Amino acid sequence: MAREIKEKPGPLEYMRQWPLRVIVGATLLFLYLPLITLMVFSFNNSRRNIVWQGFTLDYYEKAFNNASLLQAFTNSLTIAFICTIVSVVLGALSAVMLWRFRFPGKVLVEGGMALPIVVPEICMGVAMLVFFARVMPWPQGLPWPLNLGAITIAHISFAFPFVATVVRARLASFNRELEEAAKDLGASEWRTFWDVLVPHMQPGLIAGALLAFTLSLDDFVITFFTAGPDTITFPVKVYSMLRFSVTPEVNAASTILIVVTVVLTAVGLHMQSQEPKEKKA
Amino acid sequence: MTDAAPSNTPAAKPAPHVKENAIIRFENITKRYGKVVAVENVNLEIREGEFFALLGPSGCGKTTLLRMLAGFETPTEGRVFIDGRDVAALPPNKRPVNMVFQSYAVFPHMKVSDNVAYGLKMDGVEAGEIKRRVDEALDLVKLGGFGDRMPDQLSGGQRQRVALARALVKRPRVLLLDEPLSALDAKLRDQMRSELTSLQEKVGITFIMVTHDQDEALAIATRCAVMNRGVLTQVATPADLYEFPNSRFVADFVGSVNMFEGVLDKDEQDHAIVRAPELAAPVYLDHGVTGAKGSTVWVALRPEKIEMHKRAEGSVAMKMEDAPAGSNVVPGIIRDIVYLGSETIFEIELESGRRVKTFRSNLTRYDQEDFTWDEPVWLAWHACSPAVLLS
Repeated sequence: MAREIKEKPGPLEYMRQWPLRVIVGATLLFLYLPLITLMVFSFNNSRRNIVWQGFTLDYYEKAFNNASLLQAFTNSLTIAFICTIVSVVLGALSAVMLWRFRFPGKVLVEGGMALPIVVPEICMGVAMLVFFARVMPWPQGLPWPLNLGAITIAHISFAFPFVATVVRARLASFNRELEEAAKDLGASEWRTFWDVLVPHMQPGLIAGALLAFTLSLDDFVITFFTAGPDTITFPVKVYSMLRFSVTPEVNAASTILIVVTVVLTAVGLHMQSQEPKEKKA
Repeated sequence: MTDAAPSNTPAAKPAPHVKENAIIRFENITKRYGKVVAVENVNLEIREGEFFALLGPSGCGKTTLLRMLAGFETPTEGRVFIDGRDVAALPPNKRPVNMVFQSYAVFPHMKVSDNVAYGLKMDGVEAGEIKRRVDEALDLVKLGGFGDRMPDQLSGGQRQRVALARALVKRPRVLLLDEPLSALDAKLRDQMRSELTSLQEKVGITFIMVTHDQDEALAIATRCAVMNRGVLTQVATPADLYEFPNSRFVADFVGSVNMFEGVLDKDEQDHAIVRAPELAAPVYLDHGVTGAKGSTVWVALRPEKIEMHKRAEGSVAMKMEDAPAGSNVVPGIIRDIVYLGSETIFEIELESGRRVKTFRSNLTRYDQEDFTWDEPVWLAWHACSPAVLLS
């Protein structure tokens, strides 16, 4: 009388219940199908790029030979790189300041720093346009990469509050006794900062850097308002290419951008997981 | 102030490495945070080589005092001397003291050996010397061979040893310990207690420990200071603290005690009598008390100093051989029994309704006397046992 007993799924075994499988499947589909379509059609052998005509790498070759597209890509990476470094330094320092010190107007400073996060991007863009047109015009005709200054400054101003927020959250878990221990053992303020505080902030710094880099790399709105004719970034360039037609070249360029961000994110996350796990004291 | 007679002052713990010079001196130290007074007019000298304990309930100011030595707090008033030198102007990283923190504060991103080497590196000691001293320090705390581990691969007790080695490797004049045993489990705590004592004897450095655990202080320290609400209440050896407390606070905080309020009825050179309303018999003492006749005093009786005897209905009170008939013996009824293995705690209700605690060691496996609930008993004590407190 051996009977196959079919086990019923337990109450928390969601993945064994079909409605949830459907939801998860649909979610993944809607998240990734557009991206996959974009990537697939970058290999499409058709100028109009509406119907699949056959596999080709021509448009990758075309994209790589498109000087202005490459220039835009280099511009974007350069801006993102500088923006990341400056944002991490500025963001980390402001996080430490807000965490460590009490001073009059601290609430105002904190709120003011969160502002670029909540203000609509279009307003930030217009504000930057006005700022660089009227208040502090960025000199025209500077050699590369100095001509990217205005865009870079604009990017830093909206990216560093994100870094500050992430680092601040990390600092909340800092054990002040570590700092005292370093001083007790003979370290100066400066050594204590580098030897104890910075290693503790490191995961926050990496996460913040990733945020700043990706925010800067794919920003369109603010860049659109601050870019000049000779300072085109990648998203702006893609947009201008779209106005003529959606060729697989645009798809190819976008695919490259996706791959670059995914790889960089993976590297960043990997670096973060290398960090020795800390016991909560 | 105490009722200490010279004849029964117990010998201090043997501590041959304690020297005469005061390595730490607090002079009229007061610390205020706004209107809150954390430490009030503390004067204290700690001699070189002592294992000194600052004991008190939480918030009594003991940690503030310790942090003043380390340089993390500055006194509002008064001066702190380390080795005869006023340290007011010295920042923490320039002081000849090192601290073992309550959370151990072992740097989580550094190997054990790098943790221990950190202080030496800051001092600019050359690499070969650092390695030698780090190995030596790790051996001292029995962590030889653990140098390459990361702190998260260590147990709580091992991390504490790293913190100890890290502080001792700098050969400080004074080692400060902030609640060193509070984060360990009971078994490990007992072990670390004796290890701390032997470590201190081996290195000969002055140790100053902050603790709220009176058992810990009594067990480890050569001398203790009891603090209450920012004020130093008593500074004495552990035995003196326990047997000759100078106030109700100390008697109550250190160990367990039965306290009775009474009136000083007679105060002669060689004996004194206190009448406490809660006790059916007068308390006879075999020494004088320096108090005015008729003044309010408190009689403190440690539970283990109370004898318990069977009492048959209608029997006459037993007589203690060192007290006049009728004194130092009161009737009561056993109301509660707590069996603890090595001893048993009895709670006895007196005729006044007051409950009194007493211990009996379980000397044999079968208790011949077999005390049980609701049994009438006599409680008796020797004339030298109660401590009379004037405040």
